[in-house]
Amino acid sequence: MAITREEVLHVARLARLALSEGEVDRLKDQLGNILDYIRQIDSLDTRDIVPTSHAVEMGTPFRDDAVHPFGDKEAILGNAPDRQDDFFRVPRIIED
Amino acid sequence: MHEWTLLEAAQKVRANEISSRELTRAVLERIERLNPAINAYITVLAEKAMRDAQSCDEALAKGLVRGPLHGVPVGLKDIFCTRGIRTTCGSRILQNFLPPYDAAVTEKIAASGAVLLGKQNMDEFAMGSSTETSCFGPTRNPWAIDRIPGGSSGGTAAAVAAGMCFAGVGTDTGGSIRQPASVCGVVGVKPTYGRVSRYGMIAFASSLDQGGAVARTVPDAAVMLSVIAGHDRRDSTSVDIPVPDYLAATEKSVKGMKVGLPREYFGAGGLDPAVRAAVEKALASLAEQGAEAVEISLPHTEFALSAYYILAPAEASSNLARYDGVRYGYRAETDGGLIEMMSKTRAQGFGAEVKRRIMIGTYALSAGYYEAYYGKAQKVRTLIRRDFESAFSKVDAILTPTAPTPAFRLGEKLADPLTMYLSDIFTIPCNLAGIPGISVPCGISPDGLPIGAQILGNHFREETLFTAAAAIERAIPLPRVAPL
Amino acid sequence: MEYEAVIGLEVHAQLSTRSKIFCACSASFGSPPNENTCPVCTGMPGVLPVLNRRVVEFAVRTALATSCTVQKRSVFARKNYFYPDLPKAYQISQYELPLALAGHIDIELNGGTKRIGITRIHMEEDAGKLVHEGEFAGAQASLADLNRCSVPLMEIVSEPDIRTPEEAGAYLRRLRDILVYLEVCDGNMEEGSFRCDANVSVRPKGQEKFGTKAELKNMNSFRNVEKALEYEIRRQIERIEDGGKVVQETRLWDAAAAVTVSMRGKEEAHDYRYFPDPDLLPLMVEEAWVEELRKTIPELPGEKVARFVKAYGIPRYDAWLLASSRSLADFFEASAAVYGANPKVTANECIHWKDAVAAGRLTPETIAHAVEDRESGAISATVSKTLVELAIETGKPIRRIRDEKGLTQVSDTGALEEIAAKVLAANPKEVESYRNGKAGLLSFFVGQVMKETRGKANPRIVQEVLKKKLGV
Repeated sequence: MAITREEVLHVARLARLALSEGEVDRLKDQLGNILDYIRQIDSLDTRDIVPTSHAVEMGTPFRDDAVHPFGDKEAILGNAPDRQDDFFRVPRIIED
Repeated sequence: MHEWTLLEAAQKVRANEISSRELTRAVLERIERLNPAINAYITVLAEKAMRDAQSCDEALAKGLVRGPLHGVPVGLKDIFCTRGIRTTCGSRILQNFLPPYDAAVTEKIAASGAVLLGKQNMDEFAMGSSTETSCFGPTRNPWAIDRIPGGSSGGTAAAVAAGMCFAGVGTDTGGSIRQPASVCGVVGVKPTYGRVSRYGMIAFASSLDQGGAVARTVPDAAVMLSVIAGHDRRDSTSVDIPVPDYLAATEKSVKGMKVGLPREYFGAGGLDPAVRAAVEKALASLAEQGAEAVEISLPHTEFALSAYYILAPAEASSNLARYDGVRYGYRAETDGGLIEMMSKTRAQGFGAEVKRRIMIGTYALSAGYYEAYYGKAQKVRTLIRRDFESAFSKVDAILTPTAPTPAFRLGEKLADPLTMYLSDIFTIPCNLAGIPGISVPCGISPDGLPIGAQILGNHFREETLFTAAAAIERAIPLPRVAPL
Repeated sequence: MEYEAVIGLEVHAQLSTRSKIFCACSASFGSPPNENTCPVCTGMPGVLPVLNRRVVEFAVRTALATSCTVQKRSVFARKNYFYPDLPKAYQISQYELPLALAGHIDIELNGGTKRIGITRIHMEEDAGKLVHEGEFAGAQASLADLNRCSVPLMEIVSEPDIRTPEEAGAYLRRLRDILVYLEVCDGNMEEGSFRCDANVSVRPKGQEKFGTKAELKNMNSFRNVEKALEYEIRRQIERIEDGGKVVQETRLWDAAAAVTVSMRGKEEAHDYRYFPDPDLLPLMVEEAWVEELRKTIPELPGEKVARFVKAYGIPRYDAWLLASSRSLADFFEASAAVYGANPKVTANECIHWKDAVAAGRLTPETIAHAVEDRESGAISATVSKTLVELAIETGKPIRRIRDEKGLTQVSDTGALEEIAAKVLAANPKEVESYRNGKAGLLSFFVGQVMKETRGKANPRIVQEVLKKKLGV
């Protein structure tokens, strides 16, 4: 199944991946091949089949509404590539 | 010393025949000697391990045994978070990440009294079947240095096979424990989904990921799994069912056990004749011990790989979206704005295979494609689950090859992703169904490469796997450590 | 041509839980930056969400209070998009299978009632907050505070049944009253714990088909919602009448300029790639649990008003004023239980003193005794007010203050006759004018008697005595 260059670029934008020209070309072919293979499931009739999204069949468990502070803010902020005081700092938000 | 089993080592430490320090030092020396060639470890915690070993010795001197693995050095795949210790997932994007928390598995290993040697190499974010996609370079197979150790838990399997630890913990999303165990000649068990807590285990595909044990013998794997298994309230998919005595299961007889042989697995193209012969020998050994072979059908097997390569990348595309250069991990240098920073960070921080899967997953979930891909794959997952349900109404266990071939050469399949994906064709259906699977060595190829047999069981019937695998192990004696 | 508007509202209500929806961090407001964070809500690798039971309870109770059907099985999904205030780069929300469906709220409009349908109610997590360095447009950097990440929200989506800004206002007030009654949300719009977006379109009256809608955001008070809708409806009609077309878009309400402004160009084309969150299993809400929660639903404002009107015979308007606050309504009922002979006056008193009631500075006995003493003639209206004020100030029982200060009303005719005679004797000119027909002077004499008695006289009896003395 062919996937166009434009589609590759669109998906890369959605996934926030700044791909090089070479990567775009390679991925166009590779994704095409992989999607070709994957589409063999089209031949299955799945009209009345219920989808499975989890490997366990039970309801989600609950936690009680109690506060347990993590207590180590520094360990969380300490990993930040850029911080200002107790904030995470990011470059300005320019709209596309 | 490095050839001892995990159980022997634990017993000798407890009996004061050897100190934890001596044992740990010996393994660390072996790592120091072999790791430059094999590259099984990303991070070796030599000093910490010796400190922990000393603490184990001191505790023992006071008569205190911390747990079943008291004083025995083991390794962890670098996908399990370790508090204050770099956890990379084999990725540049996390190469300096210091988690402020331990994974549930990390805690359980510590609670067992084991000494943590280090963090083992893996395919980046567990995406791969050869441990070649790690940003820390490939791991090599201790049986043949020009060959891959399998993946993604290749560092763990190679370390166990090379005597660079007594056992390790890996993860398995589509075969990432069983396939490397098979090609490295060791035992690898992926339990039922929900058995081992995923808390602090870096996610690849959350509905398929499961932690499990890699060890040199079936009893070792059984002990290791009983250490890491159990309910955890921090993981909503963790199941609250008591963990049985897996070690006891390894001593049971297979007499009367019905073993299913799925014709779809044995009829698959690309199945190496040596692999087929070895697995047939394993079957014969089970039959000799009183098991009954039953031919079965798992009719949707051929669709499993397709469903997997939609579901796993789709979940991964979302799970890996958090690596955006804002709160932790790598951030690209840029003069641009936010979107550029994020896009460059991710483009530079992720390797080719991870980007490829993010692209597939994003595409499969994107507007207009969801039903055709993700929705359809979820339904195929139902069909595969039903295949196994129906099979397990007739048999106790299913025997198959773990991988279609022994270890292939480094670089052999890197250029063609689809060929690489086919290495997991026999291991993937098990993850889709959420059932347990084990790989146990059952032969050596004419090239001198290990071959593994896979045994699959019904949900929460890990004991059946251990009983059958132990029977094969007893019947077919093979070297426990690679002939280095 | 005559046009009508079609309006649907999406309300995001912050649930008043102690901890966040998926982790044990505090959900409280106003902490220092990143104080209420942990690996889970900052999206660190490998950590996992676990659902807060109380969030579900609050949402189920809201569903029951708005006549929605609670779904036995609902599913949390991931809404994927990148933004620095969204640590996991996805928001856990409910999408295809929400918690509750198909309910309604009845609103009151000039005497009549109108039923507004509720499409769905679901739960989700909030995002963090971005602070921009300097002016937004020229900002070199933004700063992320993740305290609000994963604070529980409930989204309540109405059917497009609303036709006017007034109806929208009535719906929102009614919905907020219900949430506050249930004690699931504090209803504070300014602090953002009760937020509203609106979908609005216009169509020629009589036409079935909906027009193209705009989505309005950034309205932080009921008044602003009404004003924004008024503006937007006018804008859309003018546009159509000028031969133009309404574009489907998101518009922000600019309260200072009192206009809605297009966000076009600032918002990228969204493709949220929703899929079921594999880290959370389906939410199962068993019938028994729903029934248990149903028992905890208090009488809601509408039911209360109807009962007050019927049981106490008070005007509907007063009943609404009382019912606007659960504590005020309870206070009124407690007062009426102590002294129930004149609920209308009791209701008025409760409404008059509602701030003190809300502040917890009045007891129901105070109001009941004040009303009872006034009714019996033991005190005057003026003294009653003074006494209630003193009760608020001192916290003492109102009757003790009355007795200590000797403020019991004089109803003794003999004593009053003496004072009346004195007053009339001191004002001969006025007496003459009165007798010549200036009837209005009676209140002057009453006032003089009241002054002499320092307010303690019973005005009704004073009037009688004076009239008799003046010989009318």
